Amino acid sequence: MNIRCVAAMLLTLSGVPVYAAGDAGRGAELYEARCTGCHSLDANRVGPLHRGVVGRRAGSVTDFAYSPALRKSKLTWTEANLDRWLANPEALVPGQKMGYSVAEAVDRADLIAYLRRETSTP
Amino acid sequence: MSKIIVAQPAPLARRNFLGQAGGVLLSATAISLMAGCETMAQSSNKSESQDVAILNTALGLEHEAINAYQLGAESGLLDKGVLDVAVKFQGDHKAHRDALIATIQKLGGKPVMEMKLGDYAKALKADTLKSQTDVLALAAKLEMGAINAYLGVIPAFKSGDLAKVSGRLAADETLHWTVLSQALGRPLPGKALSFGA
Ligand code: HEC
Repeated sequence: MNIRCVAAMLLTLSGVPVYAAGDAGRGAELYEARCTGCHSLDANRVGPLHRGVVGRRAGSVTDFAYSPALRKSKLTWTEANLDRWLANPEALVPGQKMGYSVAEAVDRADLIAYLRRETSTP
Repeated sequence: MSKIIVAQPAPLARRNFLGQAGGVLLSATAISLMAGCETMAQSSNKSESQDVAILNTALGLEHEAINAYQLGAESGLLDKGVLDVAVKFQGDHKAHRDALIATIQKLGGKPVMEMKLGDYAKALKADTLKSQTDVLALAAKLEMGAINAYLGVIPAFKSGDLAKVSGRLAADETLHWTVLSQALGRPLPGKALSFGA
């Protein structure tokens, strides 16, 4: 990476508020726009249902046909693992079948905050 | 909505809708997509099987879309003009399905099966649909979801040809979404680059 790219990155980062916890409200909008094509909170669709996913064992929703890779992954959906999954599912679990990724760290943090909120509100 | 002109004559569309999908048109589409895949012959097995996994996820979306339109059509909530358009769009999704199945099989994969109509009805909460507007809004939401999904998986494909197929599917869904949101009287997206973000 050349110095201009690094500078641009730093500038971008400095312009962004710190999202340590993530904004669940914004996450809800992102979820609606990007995830609901395949997922719902309470029903298995093309992807597994999401309510309760934070802290859940990966590939553990009954009645959902996971890829063998995710089912056998032995991962737990900690926030850190969710972040890695959303950034690049194939890098975290080679052979997975989601394929969809979220490029921006801020967006991932907000999505995860939303998933965490919905995990505790049935 | 009834002012929208659908190229396919309505009685034929209706027949396709209720019975089998129109074979000639669909297999032509499938063949053209498969032809696009010929150049992938040399790609490695591992990247092919990754691509097949994503194609199967796409196929799952098409199964859901076909069934969602079926639920809408059977709801009795749609006017004739709207029903004709729904039938046309369902036909497009059937063509997508058949093209995806052909491509998955050509790559040595096993296409995912459709679930039962009742399972889709439950997952999509079809029992909450009370008016034509409700049906159109659900269809628009699913089409938007599919647009974003198809655009979003493009970088995951190892094969550029398959990435292009994903883009073409997104284009068809965008057409559907545009018509549906006009029928709902919704405004056009305020900003450029609103899809796939
Ligand atoms: C193109 C369809 C599609 C889209 C869009 C999509 N997913 Fe997925 N998702 C899947 C599929 C399919 C799986 C199952 C993967 C497997 O079995 O390998 C999955 C699995 C997951 C899992 C693992 C769940 C579990 O029970 O182990 C999480 C978490 C997840 N998705 C989050 C998201 C989020 C958040 C978004 C939106 C940013 C999203 N997904 C968008 C299809 C999709």
